[in-house]
Amino acid sequence: MDRRRFMQLAALGSGALALSSAAAEAQPRTQTSASIVIIGAGAAGTALANRLTRRLAGAKITIIDPRQEHLYQPGLTLVAAGLKPANYVLSRTTDWLPSGVTLLPDRATAIDPVSRTVSTESGTTLNYDYLVLATGLVLDHGAIEGFSLDMVGQNGIGALYAGADYAQRTWTAAQKFTEEGGTAVFTRPATEMKCAGAPLKHAFLLNDLTKRAGNLGKAKFIYAAHNEALFGVPIVSEKVRMLFGQRGIETAYSRVLTGIDPSRKVATFKTPEATEQIEYDYLHVIPPQRAPDFIRQSGLSWADKWTDQGWVEVDQKTLRHLRHPEVFALGDVAGVPKGKTAASVKWQVPVVEDHLVAAIEGRDGTEIYNGYTSCPLITQVGRAMLIEFDYQNNLTPSFPGLIPPLEELWISWLMKEVALKSTYNAMLRGRA
Amino acid sequence: MKELTFDTMLAVFEDIFGAGLFWVLVVGAVIVTLAYVYVLIRDRAVSWRKFLLAQLSMPVGAILAVGLVLVVTDSSLADIGGAIDLLVLLGVALVGAIGMAILVYTAQSLLRPPALKRARQ
Repeated sequence: MDRRRFMQLAALGSGALALSSAAAEAQPRTQTSASIVIIGAGAAGTALANRLTRRLAGAKITIIDPRQEHLYQPGLTLVAAGLKPANYVLSRTTDWLPSGVTLLPDRATAIDPVSRTVSTESGTTLNYDYLVLATGLVLDHGAIEGFSLDMVGQNGIGALYAGADYAQRTWTAAQKFTEEGGTAVFTRPATEMKCAGAPLKHAFLLNDLTKRAGNLGKAKFIYAAHNEALFGVPIVSEKVRMLFGQRGIETAYSRVLTGIDPSRKVATFKTPEATEQIEYDYLHVIPPQRAPDFIRQSGLSWADKWTDQGWVEVDQKTLRHLRHPEVFALGDVAGVPKGKTAASVKWQVPVVEDHLVAAIEGRDGTEIYNGYTSCPLITQVGRAMLIEFDYQNNLTPSFPGLIPPLEELWISWLMKEVALKSTYNAMLRGRA
Repeated sequence: MKELTFDTMLAVFEDIFGAGLFWVLVVGAVIVTLAYVYVLIRDRAVSWRKFLLAQLSMPVGAILAVGLVLVVTDSSLADIGGAIDLLVLLGVALVGAIGMAILVYTAQSLLRPPALKRARQ
């Protein structure tokens, strides 16, 4: 019996649950014959599909995604620190999709926003009334000269963003470092990126694990920041600067990784003036991140912002396309500042749901996305800071007065390590 | 976290302990609770002698509960970083202590029913 079936059975035995789901079903569904195409069955696409099927009756909802595996990306930092196995972050795409939604296991290759069609690799063309772009982003590993993914796990190279297997291989390389010491170098790209806290967490965790292995004395840690800050939110950046100081993690500001020489173990960085080479024994690579090519070619990207990255031109508050109101973007691909985390997706999905259903009903939606993002910033095994903020860089703690955001706490660690995945799963089902 | 529902909580705890251990613990807790209610109804009185031993077992339960939570969450006591952490830890200890007291009291009552009752039989 799989876990989901088990939970369903458990649910059957629970009166409270029966009541709560009955209440959810009781909400009247809007009758429509609209065709809704969602590109991407990741966190955002799946959560939205589940919510829309509960709101709409008769809608033709198609979700396009060739990937059979669903990746729980917030768990990758734990896998890359040897705290969870690779299968902790893996499930099947079809495990989460509701009945009544058609999964097209194909790759979208083109969008024509004027004729309102999406084309796929196998030659299918879909017409849509509403289009939701939840494609995620592309890790541009080719942009790092001398680097390729097959190097991950060997010769001191890690790249935890690339997937479950790569995160595990990252731990192979990282673990060797915690035992042997040397110089560890942590990088981040100059583009917008998924969870800007992840490179910091990786640095903190490796520092702590090296300490626990008793090898801190022979290890040096360098965090290479792409600009003059360690985090986009100034108050958090300052806190991280202080913690890095306490832990002996050096910072190299305005250093962007451009290439590596794995045989000599040398990384090349672009600096404001020129280039600089840093020798490493362990190097964590995070490449530049961009919207998929077919999005950039569709004319839906910002023309005057992020021109090298191609994020979708949407309104910050409604996530609705500024020139094509029947198009929405969710998650990583949306052209909004911040917001490339699962926590953002959790706040974004109900907003798009509201405006999309409202459009079908011929009225205006009211929900607003304020840029909410959450980052349980792990600072050691067993402690984290539960950092939440919005577009304005304001801290927006969920538990004000109870869980201070800038304190390293065990309870914040518990949330990241044990509660987050369950909350994420509930979100995928459209229930959180 | 925006909404905290019953099924979210269930899933969270299942995640914390692992699916197997969590449900073993739940079933164990339900059985012990039912047995406790049973002996209370059967004996129609609290035996203060048994209650004393149950009370003495409480620190053991507290330590076991804290130990279990630390192990399943890859944590140690050194990770306690603030007031809320201490409260959570004390809460875990309290639950463990009460659980252990109920378990010990129930076990005694089941193994050694009151003398009065045995005499009547």
